[in-house]
This record gives sequence, structure tokens and C-alpha cells, in this order.
Amino acid sequence: MPGKDRSTRRYFLKAAGGTALAGAMVRITLQPADATPAMLNAAIRNVVGEASLRTGRVKLDIPPLVENGNTVPMTVSVTSPMTADDYVRSIHVFNEKNPQPYIGNFYLGPAAGRAQVSTRIRLADSQKVVAIAQMSDGSFWSASVDVVVTLAACTEEL
Amino acid sequence: MRGIGAIVSALLLVSASAGEIPQQQRRSGYSFMAPDTKAMQDDDTSNPGMLWVLDGEALWNKPIGTANKACADCHGGAKASMKGVAARYPAFDKSLARPVDLEQRINLCRTAQQQAPALDYESHDLLALTAFIAHQSRGMPIAPASDPQLEPFLARGRALFMQRQGQLNLACANCHDDNWDKHLAGSAITQGQPTGYPMYRLEWQTLGSLSRRLRGCMTGIRAQAFSYGAPELVELELYLMSRAGGMPVETPAVRP
Amino acid sequence: MASALINVPKRAKRGDVIEIRALTSHIMETGYRRTAAGEVIPRDIITSFTCRYNGREIFRADMFPAIAANPYLSFFTTANESGTFAFEWIGDNGFSQTASAAITVE
Repeated sequence: MPGKDRSTRRYFLKAAGGTALAGAMVRITLQPADATPAMLNAAIRNVVGEASLRTGRVKLDIPPLVENGNTVPMTVSVTSPMTADDYVRSIHVFNEKNPQPYIGNFYLGPAAGRAQVSTRIRLADSQKVVAIAQMSDGSFWSASVDVVVTLAACTEEL
Repeated sequence: MRGIGAIVSALLLVSASAGEIPQQQRRSGYSFMAPDTKAMQDDDTSNPGMLWVLDGEALWNKPIGTANKACADCHGGAKASMKGVAARYPAFDKSLARPVDLEQRINLCRTAQQQAPALDYESHDLLALTAFIAHQSRGMPIAPASDPQLEPFLARGRALFMQRQGQLNLACANCHDDNWDKHLAGSAITQGQPTGYPMYRLEWQTLGSLSRRLRGCMTGIRAQAFSYGAPELVELELYLMSRAGGMPVETPAVRP
Repeated sequence: MASALINVPKRAKRGDVIEIRALTSHIMETGYRRTAAGEVIPRDIITSFTCRYNGREIFRADMFPAIAANPYLSFFTTANESGTFAFEWIGDNGFSQTASAAITVE
């Protein structure tokens, strides 16, 4: 799906070049090479090491269609009793196509009571976002979502 | 692509404005937003615009200038004295014999009363003071002053709103009166109602004034934007506020 | 002028799980943007946020350029004693900011 979105957007940009009005909607920014799925995997391995990464227990809430990639509300919640011997140690969030794969690391402990963190992130393009939780027993759990970032109309130049 | 093509041709084919938006159809930009963006505005502890309101409150009480006076020294508590003020700006200034917007009023106060240098447009402090003052009117209906001295300026602002300009040859009205229920790419066009300025725009990643927004629109239609403080911008703001008459002030609004 | 907006309940019952929200002014300049003249705008971000409850760290975050301007954080803790939450943001170019909020636990 993300691949498809990208090709659609490319087509649009190319087609838009021909019409003056569409020119108003297109933001031209200079960006370094995007992070790649390989960089995303390397970043995740950096945190997880050789441990196995299982899907589940983590819930990643991001609006499926984002109004502006500059400020995207995000909530990660993890299913855990949050007791002294069974709790979430940390939450790590990564992306696929920003200039770098890291978004944030959040360290909590049993006293948190609820394993949930919200923040606002930047997404340079439609892409995959991955959240990973490390539990007190050392296991890693993850969730990922595909986010569609719409291009803002009528942006200003920097 | 087909949808966008249709909007393009619709905009280009419109030869005259279909007319102003009837009162009961007036909609704040808020109503066009996604639930998450609405939530960001609704809660003061998550609305980033409140950071400027907070700073504005500190500035309101801080003595400055040769006169060593704070805003509060003349106006007292803003909660009472500034309530409703933003809802009726721009207002006519006798000394200049033309309307001034809230930012200009603050700077007139600074230079004349506090004997302090004027603040730059879009500077943190000017936005903070403006946001703090406008916030005192939050929830109140926009109520343009019925001042006969304003009439010629209001008429000029309206004419500018209807005037096609720029390389795209578009008037404000072509989008915001005639096509506000449509989209440009992924974004709602909206009615361009100035209900929440200064506002936090996600695109800007900061607070900004109505002048900044208008200049952005002008750049968007490939027109030469008026400079900050230009009388034409204030006239346009005056028309926009009269066009939004009765709608509640939302400052600090959040918009995509 | 930098400011922070903290939201902590003023009162809580012992054992309540409470939400803490912290919003602070910061440009979070990514280091990946360029000026119209083509020059890279240097990175200027908050890199770390810590919340301490009566001196004990209860939450910490490492931040990267992908955290939006004027960073917002919401997290939870268990109210177990009256006292103070101390917040600290640290960033590039020597940026440092602190704030605090009191809570009464009954």
C-alpha cells in the first residue's frame, strides 16, 4: 500500500507540473536521502539486539490519514499489569522514510500504573511507523501502522 | 487525478463570484478539521497556542520602555479590560485616520504610551501579546464596530477579496466564497473565516497572524503579497472580520 | 522567552493512576532543512526530557528530530505521596529548562 501511494503521488506531481493552479499546491523541499527499510531494521536491531521481536501487546494509535505531516498525534499503549515484577521497561518508536529512523525512546517503570505515552511526531511522507515495547522480562513486542500523509495545499516558502 | 482536474476547471471557469456565504452557512475552519486536530485545539493543556498566551500574560504585566509602564498599569487586568476587544478589531485609529489591527494597536501603545520600540511582525512577543489579548475574547461573537469612518476601508477590503490577482488570476472569493465545500489536493478549501488568530498552524509549526496567513494565500496564487502592516492587508482583515460577524472567537485556534 | 505548560492533577487519592501532560516551547529544528540560499539550518532540538516525582525519576524520553515542534508529552504515574513533580528538558546549544508542579495525595 505505501508503495502504491508513493507512485500515485509521483504521478500527481508530474502531471501537476503542466498546470499553473496545481503549482500552488506543490511544496518543493530539498531533503537528503530518506531512511530506508534497511535503516529502519538496523535501528530496531540496535534496540532489540538478537532478542526475538513478537507482534502484539502494543497498540499504536496514529490517525490513518494525517492532515499535516509536521505535527502528527501519536499514542502508544502496551498491555501490561504494571506490577513490580511485570511491567513495561521502555517504548521505542521508529519510522521508515524520515531522514533518520528514530522518533523517540520512552522509559517508564512499574510506578507508571499505565503503560501509555502520547506525543506529536513528524512524518515526511506516507510511511510505516513501528512501536516496540521492552517488558521487564526482557521480551520485545511490537506494532506497526501505515500512515498516509497528505500534502498541504498552499504552503509557504521557507 | 480526475477529482483534482475537476476542481481546477471549476475554478478557472467561474467568471464571477457566486456570492457571499449566508449567515447560517458560515463555518469555522475548525469544522473542516480531523478529530485529532480538533482535540488539539479543544484542550488547553494540549493546545500549543496556549504557550504564547502564557508568555503574553507575562508580557502584559512587565514594565517596559522609557515610561517603565506595563500594559497592566493602564489597562489593569486583561480579563476584564480586554474582553471583547479582539472581537471588534481592526478598529479605527483617529491619529492615523485609518483602521489598525490588534498587532498595530499593541505597537501604537508601545511607542506612544510605554515609549518602547515597536515589535516586529510575527515576532514571538508580538504574537504572544496579541494571542493573550485575543484569548480574552474566546467564545464571544465577532462583532465588527459599526463605525461610519470604517466604511470606505471595509469597501476596499471587500473589493480586494473579490479582485482576481496573481499569475493564477484568482480572487479570494473564488475559493472561499464559491468553493469552500471542495478540496485542493488533500486539504479542505474552507471559508477562510478568521475566527482564531493568532493561530497555531501545524504547517507553520508555530503561532502566526492573520496577516501571515493572507500573505501565504497571496503567494499561493502567485500574487505579490502585501508587506506586513500594509493598509491593504488591514482592509482585507476588516472585511474578513465583518464577513465572519457573529462567529465565536477561538484564539488560539489550531489549524492544519 | 521559553515557557512550559504542565498539567498535573492538584489532588489525587493514594494509588490513583494520574495523567501528566507537558508542553514546552521549542522550535525542534531538524538539521535537515535548508534556507532559500541552500545553506543547511543547523540542528536545534530538545534531546531529553525527564520527570522526577519527589526526586525519583518516573519517566524519561530521548527525543529525535522527528518529534514535532513545541514538544508535547503525555504519560502516567501512580500517585503515592504528596510532593513535587520536577520536569527537565535538555537540548542542543545548551538548552535547559525546568518546571515543577505540586500534588496533594490523600
